[in-house]
Amino acid sequence: MTEAKPSKKNKQTILVCQGTGCVSGKSLEITAALEKAVSDLKLKNVKIDFTGCHGFCEQGPVAIVEPEGIFYTHVGVDDAREIIESHIRDGKPVERLFYKDPATREAVPKYHDIKFYSKQQRIILRNCGHINPERIDDYINTGGYQALTKVLNEMTPEQVIGEIKRSGLRGRGGAGFSTGTKWEFLRNAAGEPKYMICNADEGDPGAFMDRSTMEADPHTVIEGMIIAAYTTGAAEGYIYIRAEYPLAVKRVRLALQQAEERNFLGDNILRSGFNFHIHVKEGAGAFVCGEETALMASIEGKRGMPRSRPPFPATSGLWGKPSNINNVKSLATVPEIINRGADWYAATGTEKSKGTCVFALTGKIANSGLIEVPMGIALREIIYEIGGGIPDGKQFKAVQTGGPSGGCLPATHLDESVDYESLSAAGSMMGSGGMVVMDEETCIVDIARYFLSFTQAESCGKCVPCRIGTKQMLDILERICRGEGEPGDIDLLVTLGTQIKAGSLCQLGQTAPNPVLTTIRYFREEYEAHINEKRCPALSCVNLINFYIDPDKCQGCGICLRSCPTECIAGDKRMVHVIDQDRCVKCGTCLDVCPDRFSAVTKLSAETMDVPSEPIPVKEKPKAAATG
Amino acid sequence: MIALAVDSLTKADVEDKMKALFSRHHGEKQELIPILQETQAQFRYLPAAAMKEIARFLRMPESTVYGVSTFYAQFKLTPLGKKIIRVCRGTACHVRGATKVLNELESRLGIKAGETTDDLEYTLETVACIGACALAPTMTIDNVTHGKMTAKKVAEVLGDRSEAKQEK
Repeated sequence: MTEAKPSKKNKQTILVCQGTGCVSGKSLEITAALEKAVSDLKLKNVKIDFTGCHGFCEQGPVAIVEPEGIFYTHVGVDDAREIIESHIRDGKPVERLFYKDPATREAVPKYHDIKFYSKQQRIILRNCGHINPERIDDYINTGGYQALTKVLNEMTPEQVIGEIKRSGLRGRGGAGFSTGTKWEFLRNAAGEPKYMICNADEGDPGAFMDRSTMEADPHTVIEGMIIAAYTTGAAEGYIYIRAEYPLAVKRVRLALQQAEERNFLGDNILRSGFNFHIHVKEGAGAFVCGEETALMASIEGKRGMPRSRPPFPATSGLWGKPSNINNVKSLATVPEIINRGADWYAATGTEKSKGTCVFALTGKIANSGLIEVPMGIALREIIYEIGGGIPDGKQFKAVQTGGPSGGCLPATHLDESVDYESLSAAGSMMGSGGMVVMDEETCIVDIARYFLSFTQAESCGKCVPCRIGTKQMLDILERICRGEGEPGDIDLLVTLGTQIKAGSLCQLGQTAPNPVLTTIRYFREEYEAHINEKRCPALSCVNLINFYIDPDKCQGCGICLRSCPTECIAGDKRMVHVIDQDRCVKCGTCLDVCPDRFSAVTKLSAETMDVPSEPIPVKEKPKAAATG
Repeated sequence: MIALAVDSLTKADVEDKMKALFSRHHGEKQELIPILQETQAQFRYLPAAAMKEIARFLRMPESTVYGVSTFYAQFKLTPLGKKIIRVCRGTACHVRGATKVLNELESRLGIKAGETTDDLEYTLETVACIGACALAPTMTIDNVTHGKMTAKKVAEVLGDRSEAKQEK
């Protein structure tokens, strides 16, 4: 055994992803199984370690074998032994666990060759999936905390502000305000103490990049925050994290403790005389707390209700003191800008939107996951090259960015550049980075209804336009989806939406009508079909569709009859089955279970199929035709 | 403060635990939310008796404690089941069929979202987004995430419970 190639190899490391996605796929058990296999086989030249999220959650649980960069996907606990025996001991990587390109079906063994990764440019996510997030030394070994050292030893706060301004970094929380200018406001504000707050209350349904960053590389956020505090003169810091993210809370707390032990945090940081302390505040489940004034109210222990601005937080924020609220991604970018310079950062992106942006790419897309791309990339490139296109041969219909505050863009906008200005002009927005792809089976009216039901439920109720206006809009949309839409509804939605945008107190209300307004702008005919023809073109709204069993195709196998939860299918062996339309709840189970070779169940909207009223014998197929 | 019929805990029941909990805090108003979170971790909901103690400890009106408790989705004022099932209703889950998963759970457990089974075994909730969108549709049982859910998988993750219900 020992004379074979493996003995010559350098030490290998198997990095198992332990982000939330992969953990739910049993990656903790996989790590244990790999360790057990290594000890059973008494192998020396291999180390099992774990990392945070790689971003390619669709393929999870994932593991990388370094240094060769072999990428394993959909790893199971049972695969652990084979990976160790075949790959580590015998030098033969396990091919069946390689990533398969969704277009070509070809196996791609190496991480860097996979299109999902090779098209990305990772600055914020640079360490995610490559270091152990629970060990500060891993971060330090990749150059971590060098930016802080440089800032404390060589730069004045004014120089840091100048550098960040020159880099063109804009707030990644959605509004896109210049980070350097924001810091300058706080630095020049009168009053002590000053507070530096990290907004990690990522609440947009469909966005998970802040969570993944905190889970995979918490120190980069903390380092960015310390630099921000030094620059602005803040003495106390708060990281406000959603309580729904227990793993992120745990890793951030651990990272804070380690940073304090190494004196990157606390009193007299690195003997510079600068003091800074960070506290973790867990959110308690209120979307509106992502709004900065509501977030501060929540830290103070109050109901998280926004207030009107001005005064802006830089003048009067937390407890009435000057404060700054920065998004996780903005702070995570800061150390790299300091290390590599403003010019390096500004070289990426468009004229007004510099650097990279992170998206959580999800929905009807082959490669779901977390991606980081240069600003200015075309939507098409993200969806078809990185995302691998729409699965199951379906047609692209729309892409939604900006979460409940954003909009849906149709296929005609696929060549749109992804940056703050272009997305706003198209009626959507950058938002905090959710990107949900929809195919032909997604009903656009239902999507608008869905987003509004979310914002309506999350409205804090303080101002009237948002509290009552969103409820009215939602009522209208629900009526339309039920097939009770009336002429004039579309105009009424547009009027209401425009007024809510103009009259609401905070961003939640000011942006809540966006999904409705953009879908009316680009998919008006779909609204009209629901209202005028009582037809749902996507065959999705349950009140507007019917299921039928085609008497020419049904072979009387009885599978649908046995699966129907409401027992509304009549039939018998070799008899054509019939659905009782009055009792059908339109769950679609019959369509799902009908064997592909029959495909007898059809879904229709605003049309009917000629079917018998009760079961009749199955038509005999002429045998000659079948074989001929 | 509203006393709830199912909330049978009295001051004597909560006093010792609350005292221990308060000993870790200073009595500042900003501690209200962390204290409520710890109280809920202790009792699995916020007993009215405990909320009264909190108001006294932080020297604030009971109405303020009640107001904050009802503002945030995390806080529950009635006892929860032993296991908490949360169905994600985020965008990615919505377009990939979260409604079907929720309907299946509701019919198997015989309760609606937001309710608790009579035997106090399960509480069913929906959540805006658990941030595991690539695994959509997702649900969690306590802190365990189940991804790529289907109506069929609901029976698998519920285990015994779903069989018992089906036999009825």
